[in-house]
Amino acid sequence: MRDGETAYLRLEGITKRFGNFVANDSINLKVNAGSIHGLLGENGAGKTTLMNILCGLYQPEAGQIYLHDRAVQITSPKVAIAQGIGMIHQHFMLVPQLTVIENIILGSPLTLRLNLKQKSREILVMSERYGLSIDPLAKVGDLPVGTQQRVEILKALYRQAKVLILDEPTAVLTPPEVQGFFKVLRQLAAANHTILFISHKLDEILSLCDHITVLRRGRVVGTTIAHNSTRQDLARLMVGRDVLFHLEKAAQSSDHIVLEVQNLQVRDDRHLNAVQNVSFTLKAGEILGVAGVDGNGQRELADAIAGLRPATAGELILNGQLITRWTMQQRIKRLKIGYIPEDRQKMGLILRFSIARNLILKGFQQLPFCRNGWLQRGAIAHHATQAIQSFDIRATSGKLRVSQLSGGNQQKVVLARELSGDPSLIVAMQPTRGLDVGATEYVQQALLTERQRGAAILYISTELEEIMMMSDRIAVLYEGRFVAILDAATATVEQLGLLMAGSPAGRLSP
Amino acid sequence: MKANQILRSITPVLSPLFAISSALLVGAGLIALAGVNPIAAYSVLFREALANYYGFGTTLTKTAPLLLTSLGVFVALKAGQFNIGGEGQIYMGGLGSVLVGLYVHGLPALIHVPLALLSGFLFGAIWGLIPGYLKAIRGINEVITTLLLNYIALNLINYLVSNPLIEPGAPSPYSPTIATSAQLPIILPQTQTHAGILIGFAATIVLWIVFQRLPLGYQIEAVGQNPIAARYAGISVERTIMLVMATAGGLAGLAGAGEVTGLKYRLFDQFSPGYGFDAIAIAFLSRGNLVGVVMTSLFFGALRSGANVMQRSAGVPVTVVYAIQGLAVLFIAIGLALEKRFAIRQSSVITSG
Repeated sequence: MRDGETAYLRLEGITKRFGNFVANDSINLKVNAGSIHGLLGENGAGKTTLMNILCGLYQPEAGQIYLHDRAVQITSPKVAIAQGIGMIHQHFMLVPQLTVIENIILGSPLTLRLNLKQKSREILVMSERYGLSIDPLAKVGDLPVGTQQRVEILKALYRQAKVLILDEPTAVLTPPEVQGFFKVLRQLAAANHTILFISHKLDEILSLCDHITVLRRGRVVGTTIAHNSTRQDLARLMVGRDVLFHLEKAAQSSDHIVLEVQNLQVRDDRHLNAVQNVSFTLKAGEILGVAGVDGNGQRELADAIAGLRPATAGELILNGQLITRWTMQQRIKRLKIGYIPEDRQKMGLILRFSIARNLILKGFQQLPFCRNGWLQRGAIAHHATQAIQSFDIRATSGKLRVSQLSGGNQQKVVLARELSGDPSLIVAMQPTRGLDVGATEYVQQALLTERQRGAAILYISTELEEIMMMSDRIAVLYEGRFVAILDAATATVEQLGLLMAGSPAGRLSP
Repeated sequence: MKANQILRSITPVLSPLFAISSALLVGAGLIALAGVNPIAAYSVLFREALANYYGFGTTLTKTAPLLLTSLGVFVALKAGQFNIGGEGQIYMGGLGSVLVGLYVHGLPALIHVPLALLSGFLFGAIWGLIPGYLKAIRGINEVITTLLLNYIALNLINYLVSNPLIEPGAPSPYSPTIATSAQLPIILPQTQTHAGILIGFAATIVLWIVFQRLPLGYQIEAVGQNPIAARYAGISVERTIMLVMATAGGLAGLAGAGEVTGLKYRLFDQFSPGYGFDAIAIAFLSRGNLVGVVMTSLFFGALRSGANVMQRSAGVPVTVVYAIQGLAVLFIAIGLALEKRFAIRQSSVITSG
């Protein structure tokens, strides 16, 4: 950071503890006026805590916040607003039934007369000045997500915010919306607003920010100038070691067919055919990637193989055994299928249960967790301690509620359960969704280790790069059908992209 | 951390205590409005209900149906089901036991009593299974079905004791007396205190074992906390809900059977003074804690037991006691809201960030 530039926002030695856990460990941060400053870190690095301190939700145990070299105490969200700190949350704080203007003036100081007309003129002028065109009378619930975000920003600007803090703001946006959003942020910075942009997405931070501060385990591990940094540098800072953007896979050859799927047909919740006539074989030690745009039958395919959804036609043969008609209960008791579901919080875990109790979700009626009809508390606790160690779950004890873990650690709990007992077949549905770099890498390595052991893996993802990195063969699912099964070594992104979009052009070159 | 942990571990006890003492405090205001010294009124109430042999007997008698029905609501709640049908299940349980008491003859008490209780349990269980089935298989909201089944049960009993079951020549609708061999023994001599309270304690212990030590308890809680995850793990959510609702109805049925075989020895029209509805309040006050269910049932039993004496000797209307019960529920809701706010400020974010 060049000297001479005034730091609009300065943090000195900010420390925040939750019990024994240090969420923020003497954080120092300088953000210049009119600049976009990126705050990068994995889930659990302390980004959100720091932000909650800045907007008055938490009080730090030590340290001082300066605005324009003036020490300030941000004791509540109200004070934060009065000091010109505006906060854009990941989940919008808007009332969908109200209009844009009503949302914007909501919570502003009470005046006797609610002069909506004059206020809507003010807001219109303001929105045009920043290039945030919007219809002030539109109902917020009717607006697309990207526009709702504009309303959030206008709300902050209307309250005279000079500092804007954005928490993972792009998570809900489509790529074109992201580009438009970045343009707005640059305009705001040009108008001398100070922006703190929090994210775990390397590319976004690199393309948008002027300066980048990286947090790891509650500490600042580095501050860099964006145009002098690379993806690799930042990833290393963030995770604390080199990150592989390419995975090393040992060649794997086995002729043992684990799963054979013949002409499978599955219906979705609306009783329409979501999977049609899908056939493939999966060998031991092989990863079959299933690529496709979301909603092309991935969920139904995974559910049918795991047993959550009946097959309306076709056969499933696991290790030579016909299991098409087996119920979920039968499959769990008698087969070894690991199923990592798409939504770990809704399906994979019981958030209010402890880690230990989540780990026995599928095995609670079997040895060693249940003996002669009684739950074995010792065995359950011991199992949790072991899983915490071998899967590197960041938790002090197995008694901790899963809801208190970060996304990556929650997924490790799911992995610990689904990979235990050496399953011969693993169905992984979007297993890295919403995870940061470190956790993603962990999940992928864990699955590759299973592949090495000889497990057959069905890897379903909408991320093409991930599919290409992990798979031995790649199947493309389009409108419920496998339109092609390609060798991962020779398949190209362009070819797969065409196939995913339903174009037959990709099919010509196998 | 330490203080925080201790605080969190005692909140399940602390918050009902807060609710009850606040309710008593506001109740004191009401008593003062009635022109009576609240301290005097309360001391009469609780001395009668807890320190007097006969009064304590009455407390236990009133606690028995409250406890059993609350356990029914409690069990259903563990599986995420709201059983508002305790009242109707009590009536059906009473019917089940009275049929065995009236029409089965020549059995020794050792067999006849358990048989009457079992019949009461089964009748209640069927009354719980109907909404359980409708919820699990047909997806019909159990709050509505259990509530409506109350009225069906109430009117069914009214019809039966007014017509086919009525004692010949009776001035008001009630059935004949059940066989002596079907009557529950009195456990405190010279009082009406019957063995129903012991059945309540036994049921509490059984439930404690189920939820602490058995896979079934785990299964029920898994279904209650996240039915989607439970189904994913191979648990039959439908069967669990039906089993739980049948058990809930059965426990309330036992309460009704206890009233008939232990206290009234007949089936009366409207024999429950709203135990089934008090039970909902008790189960919610206890916050998923079995010891809490027992203690809160005792408290509600004591209020009901002491209320009459308070009216007679201190001139405070009985309705004040019902106001106190209502206030306790109101304060538990307030306590929950406060706790939520506290939790958001304190913990929630251990590793999210």
